[in-house]
Amino acid sequence: MARKLMKGCEAIGEAAIKANCKLFFGYPITPQNEIPEYMSRRLPQVGGTFVQAESEVAASNMLYGAAGAGERVFTSSSSPGISLMQEAVSYMAGSELPVVIVNIMRAGPGLGGILPSQADYFQSTKGGGHGDYRLLVLAPSSVQEAVDLMQDAFDLADHYRNPVMVIADGLIGQMMEPVEFKEDRQPCRSLPSKDWATTGWKGEGRPRAIVNSLFLDPNLLERHNEKLTAKYAEMARNEVRVAEYFTDEDYDLLVVAYGSVARVCLSAIRQLRAEGKRVALVRPISLFPFPTEVIERAANKAGRVLVVELSTGQMLEDVRMAVGKDFPVAFHGRTGGNLVTPDEAREKILAQLAAREASR
Amino acid sequence: MKDKLAFGYPEGLTTGGTHYCPGCTHGIIHRLIAEVIDELGVRERTVGVSPVGCAVLAYNYFSTDYQEASHGRAPAVATGIKRARPDLMVYTYQGDGDLASIGMAEIVHAANRGEKFTVVFVNNAIYGMTGGQMAPTTMPGQVTSTSPRGRELDLAGHPIRMVELISTLHTPAFVARGTVIRPLQAVQTKELLRRAFQYQKEGKCFSMVEILSTCPTNWGMPPAEALNWLEKTMMPYYPLGVFKTPEEGVDRAPLPLCGLQDGGK
Amino acid sequence: MQHEMIFAGFGGQGVLLIGKMIAYAGLNSGKEVSWLPSYGPEMRGGTANCTVVVADEPVGSPVVASPWAVVAMNLPSLDKFEPTVAPGGVLVINTSLINRPAVRTDVRVVNVAANEICNELGNPKGANMVTVGCFVGATEVVPVQQMEDLIRETFAAKPKLIDVNVECFRRGLEVGRAQKAV
Repeated sequence: MARKLMKGCEAIGEAAIKANCKLFFGYPITPQNEIPEYMSRRLPQVGGTFVQAESEVAASNMLYGAAGAGERVFTSSSSPGISLMQEAVSYMAGSELPVVIVNIMRAGPGLGGILPSQADYFQSTKGGGHGDYRLLVLAPSSVQEAVDLMQDAFDLADHYRNPVMVIADGLIGQMMEPVEFKEDRQPCRSLPSKDWATTGWKGEGRPRAIVNSLFLDPNLLERHNEKLTAKYAEMARNEVRVAEYFTDEDYDLLVVAYGSVARVCLSAIRQLRAEGKRVALVRPISLFPFPTEVIERAANKAGRVLVVELSTGQMLEDVRMAVGKDFPVAFHGRTGGNLVTPDEAREKILAQLAAREASR
Repeated sequence: MKDKLAFGYPEGLTTGGTHYCPGCTHGIIHRLIAEVIDELGVRERTVGVSPVGCAVLAYNYFSTDYQEASHGRAPAVATGIKRARPDLMVYTYQGDGDLASIGMAEIVHAANRGEKFTVVFVNNAIYGMTGGQMAPTTMPGQVTSTSPRGRELDLAGHPIRMVELISTLHTPAFVARGTVIRPLQAVQTKELLRRAFQYQKEGKCFSMVEILSTCPTNWGMPPAEALNWLEKTMMPYYPLGVFKTPEEGVDRAPLPLCGLQDGGK
Repeated sequence: MQHEMIFAGFGGQGVLLIGKMIAYAGLNSGKEVSWLPSYGPEMRGGTANCTVVVADEPVGSPVVASPWAVVAMNLPSLDKFEPTVAPGGVLVINTSLINRPAVRTDVRVVNVAANEICNELGNPKGANMVTVGCFVGATEVVPVQQMEDLIRETFAAKPKLIDVNVECFRRGLEVGRAQKAV
C-alpha cells in the first residue's frame, strides 16, 4: 500500500480500524478532537459504532462495558480528560479488561494549556488511579510508529487482558507525516479466546462470566493481586521496547528521551556526530515496562547521562533508578507547552560533554 | 395430562442465600426480575450490571453473565455492553445514591440517547450499604446518619423524583414507578418490569422502572412498620404509575406565562 | 538534502493549505516529509503557521528553530519569523500586506504582491496560491507539475475554482522565477 500523508490523530484512528476495533467512546478535548471526529466518520463505514459520551467518566465506563462484552474498543483523550478516566482505568486493570486508551498529552497541571507536554508520565506508568496496578504504556515518536504501536496495542491488551495506554504529545497528534498500513499484518502476540466475556451464559461450556474487581475476602483479594503482579512481571520480561542510536559506537554522553523529544535530540546528535562529538541516544518506546537494563548498560559505557523531557523530570526518576544514585545524570526539561528545539538540545549536550571533560 | 408447575424457583436466580437484611425488599425485586427473564426466555442472552450499593453482590444471585460497575456508572457500562453486542438483553440494577446522586449524568444521558437497555431503580430513600446516610431521595425531615436533625430542605433541597425527571426527556422511553410492599403492588411491578424488558427485547427503547423499597435496618424500624412508613410518607411524594411509554406523545404543554401583559398581577 | 520551511500569515489566508501542498508535493516526488501546524488559541483569527520539512532521509526534528525558508504573508509573521531564517536561506514577503522591506541582508529576499495579483485575476482568495507559486518558482523546492496536480485535486469538489487557482499559481511562479538566484 502506498504511503499516505496523514495527521497523527487521524492515523491513530485508522490504525484502530485496521486492528478491527469497531467501537469508540469519547468526549471532546483539545488537542485530540481529530480522533473522535475521524472515528465518527469512519466507524459507520465499517459497521462500527461511535458514541459521544456525556463525559470522560462515562466514556471510560462504556469502554469497560464493551471490553467486558468481549469486543475491541478504544478511547482517546488529553491530559485533563485522562485524569477523569482514572477511576475506570483502575477498575479495568482490576477486572482485567483489554482496552486501548490514547492520551495526546497537553501541558498541565490543572487546565494548563493545550500545547504539547510529556507531564503525564507518572500518571500513566505509576498508576494514575487507586490500587496496585500497571498499564502497558507505549510512546511513539512518529506518526508511522503511532500507527504501528496502535495496532500492537490491541494485540497486547488482548494477550495480557490488560489496559494498554498509548501516550503521545500534541506534536505527534497534530503533525502530518507519511504513513503506510501494512497489508496482511499478523497479530504481534497470541490472542487467547475471550471465554471470560459476558456474551450470555448458556448454562454450559464455560462458567458464568462475571466481570468484577470486588473481593471482600482479604485472602482472595491478595491472591488476585498476586496474580496481577505476576502478569505485570511477565510484561516486564517480554514487552520492553526501546530504540538505540549509536550505542554500538564509542560515545562520551548518553541522551535518554522519548516521543517527539527524542527526534529533536536525534537531529542534534546527528549534527554533533558529524562534527566529531561522541554522543548516543536511547529512546524508550515502552515506558512500562521501562528499558532499565538497556539504559543501565548504555549509561555505563558513557559515564554520563542527559535526560530530556517536556516535563520537570518524570522519566528522569526511572533513569536514575536504572543507573544508581551516584551516577551523573543531568536533566533538561521544558514545560508549559514549550518545545525543545534542536539548537537547545545541542547546547545542553555540548554543556554535558564539557562537564564530562572538566571532571576527568 | 402432564403435570404443570404452578410455582417454583426461578431459573434466573442462583440457589443459596443472599446478604440482604431481614425485611429488605431487594429479595422480592430480584425474584420479579428473574421471573420476567425466565418468562421472556432470554436468560441465556441476559447480562446484568450492578454498581456499588446494597446490590453490589447481585452477580452472586442472578444466574446470568454479569458485570460489576463503579459507583454511578452502570448506565455507561450498560451502554458499552449493549453497543458492543446489541443481541444481548442488558439491565442495570441501581440504588438511589448511585442513580440519583453520583450517577445522575450517566442515567440522564443514557436515557436521552435512548440506549436500549433496562434500568431497575430501587429507591429506598437512604444509602443502605454505607450505613444509612442521606440520599437525594431521602424524605423531608427524615433522620439519617448525615441528616441527624432530619433532612433540612433549605440545606439539602427536596428529594429528587427520578421518573418524573427522566420522563421529561423527549427520546421515546418507558418510564414507570411501582413498589413491592403489598402483593398486589408486587404483581403490578412485575408487569412494569415485563413491559420494560419486552420493549428492550423488541429493540424499542430505553426503559426504566423505579421501585419504592424499604430499608428497615437503616430506617431503624421493624419491617412491617417500614412498609407502612413507605406507604404513608413516600408514596404521596413518589406516585406510582406509568409516566411515559414509547407509543404516546411526550411533550407536555407548558403553563402559560402569567402577568406579562397585565402588569404582573 | 533537507529543506525546512515555515509558512505564516493570518488565520484564513490559507497558509496551512500551501504548507500541506508543499509536503504532499514532496511526498509525491519521493521525499520524506513532515507538516506541523501551530495550533491553539492563535488558530482562532490570529496568526497561523506551519512548519514543513522535505528531506531525502527520514525527518528528524519536525520542530525547526532556524528554517531554510520563511514565507510571510502578513506583517506579524515577518516580524516573528524574519530573525529565524538560516543565513543563506530564503525569505518570501507578500508586499501587498507588508509595508516594510526585509531587514536581513544575509538571506535571499523574494517579493510578491500576492493580493494585487490575485485580485487582478479575479480570485481575491488566491493570494496563498500566488505566494506558493512564487516560492516554488524562486526555489524549485518541489516540482511544478506536482503542485499543479495538487491544486486540481484540492479544488476537485469546486471545479470553477481550479483554473483561477492554477492561474494564480502560475503568475506567482513567473514572479518567483524572475527573482531566482543566479
